[in-house]
Amino acid sequence: MKKTILILAAIAASAPAFAADTNWGKGAEDAAFKAMVHSSFREVGMATLSRLDQDATQAFCSDPKHADDKDAAKMRAKIEAENMATIKWPSDGKFLGDWKKGEKVAQSGRGLTSTDKPGQVNGGNCYNCHQISPKEISYGTIGPSLLHYGKLRPNNEETLKYTWGRIYNAKAYNACSNMPRGGHMGIITEEQIKDLMALLLDPQSPVNQ
Amino acid sequence: MRRWNFALAAVTAASLLGAVGAFAEADKSIEGIEKYREALKDGNPAELFEASGEELWKKPAGPKNVSLEKCDLGLGAGVVAGAYAQLPRYFKDTDKVQDAESRVLTCMSTLQGVDVSKYVKAKWKSPERDDLNAIATYISGMSKDKPVKVSLAHPKEQAMYNLGKRMFYYQGGPHDFSCSTCHGQEGVRIRLQELPNIPTPKGAASGWTSWPAYRVSSGQMWGMQWRLADCFRQQRFPEPIYGSDVTIALSMFMAATANGAIMATPGIKR
Ligand code: HEC
Ligand code: HEC
Repeated sequence: MKKTILILAAIAASAPAFAADTNWGKGAEDAAFKAMVHSSFREVGMATLSRLDQDATQAFCSDPKHADDKDAAKMRAKIEAENMATIKWPSDGKFLGDWKKGEKVAQSGRGLTSTDKPGQVNGGNCYNCHQISPKEISYGTIGPSLLHYGKLRPNNEETLKYTWGRIYNAKAYNACSNMPRGGHMGIITEEQIKDLMALLLDPQSPVNQ
Repeated sequence: MRRWNFALAAVTAASLLGAVGAFAEADKSIEGIEKYREALKDGNPAELFEASGEELWKKPAGPKNVSLEKCDLGLGAGVVAGAYAQLPRYFKDTDKVQDAESRVLTCMSTLQGVDVSKYVKAKWKSPERDDLNAIATYISGMSKDKPVKVSLAHPKEQAMYNLGKRMFYYQGGPHDFSCSTCHGQEGVRIRLQELPNIPTPKGAASGWTSWPAYRVSSGQMWGMQWRLADCFRQQRFPEPIYGSDVTIALSMFMAATANGAIMATPGIKR
């Protein structure tokens, strides 16, 4: 585990080895870029300066070419494997919670900004990017529609695990997915993920009506 | 006259906003927002801020008790008309690339003898920031209908553009967001808010040419500095320092990508 992180870090640091790497142009070399980033922000509330430091996934995905370029495929696979290894499965083996609570988690986009308070309950931000329940017409389109999510998929262990894993750490399935790593980054709790799972998969949930 | 316009506009906005909430379909709400923008065109409350910005610009102030009228915004001392459309740009006296807002700070310091650090440190809703927003609104209004014409000829201008482009894709924080997460695709939205695809000329133009803008939802006038700070907040990043290089670099990236588009400043938004 430690070893993989080290290897990842090494590869990220030696990024120019990729044929696909973006040349950002004169004046935007690593040193100048870092100096700009580190002189331009101030800490407000829980939005600390340490948020400017990237992990291997963020560093890799900050080059737009890495998201789909053929030459970066191997590295993407590594990043996905590394993120896959972070996924914690439900501690009591139960995947589904309460879809009604899940709807609330999906609705809320609160949490972790410079104006949020520590200790408050975070939301999942889901409706910012996805259509989910047919009743909510104010939904975003950065992610695919999740309407009828459970109805459209086989009711089996694979569906449960895939959906849990996706919500826990989306980068395990698509290295540079635009979707946040809800569980891995501590944005939402295990219980909230269970409730979201029920929202998507419970036959009683409006999503599957 | 201006006051009257404002009152009318506020009533129209409020009733139309109510209507937006009541619409049954997503696409209709977007149409609704377009409609109230249309309705407000003759009476954008931003005019009030333009007027007070002009007053602040022309009023002697600071320890030296002089006005900002001799400020060089890039087209020579005292030329305001058309200047915003050519910012950010390189300034020899500061040896820096500056946007309108950071340039105003320079002039307050050099011409008026003001200690601008309190303006940099101020909170968003403070008299200091209100003044800067009003002045930026006035300056931007003097570039209305002018084409964006930002130069990348100076090496520092080119560097700022390159830095801005790189920053646009820089991910971080608990949500792994970068500007590109929300503004890097065509035709997507967050909830019902349409997001410009900023790396394209059309997207950059829609993002750049209508700020500073009056925000109907909050009743506030926002310059680009505030717009960017709020997007960084949504990005879960720390707060960009007012006038810092990150804000200038992103502005340079947007403005240069929007080159040729027509300034519609000050704008009006949701
Ligand atoms: C900022 C955008 C964003 C947010 C916020 C987001 N997602 Fe996603 N989601 C995506 C994208 C984009 C995809 C498409 C797959 C990919 O690119 O990784 C996706 C895919 C998914 C999938 C897999 C769909 C499939 O058919 O395989 C599920 C399930 C999902 N999201 C659930 C959620 C839930 C639940 C939340 C809230 C906790 C959430 N998403 C928040 C962007 C987002
Ligand atoms: C998590 C989502 C998110 C991120 C990340 C984000 N923005 Fe935004 N941005 C928005 C939303 C939503 C709006 C629509 C305006 C509003 O909030 O009412 C917007 C509006 C804008 C606008 C004005 C667009 C217009 O047409 O008037 C600009 C310019 C902009 N963003 C630039 C940026 C830049 C540059 C970054 C990176 C520093 C960034 N944004 C990061 C969500 C985001």
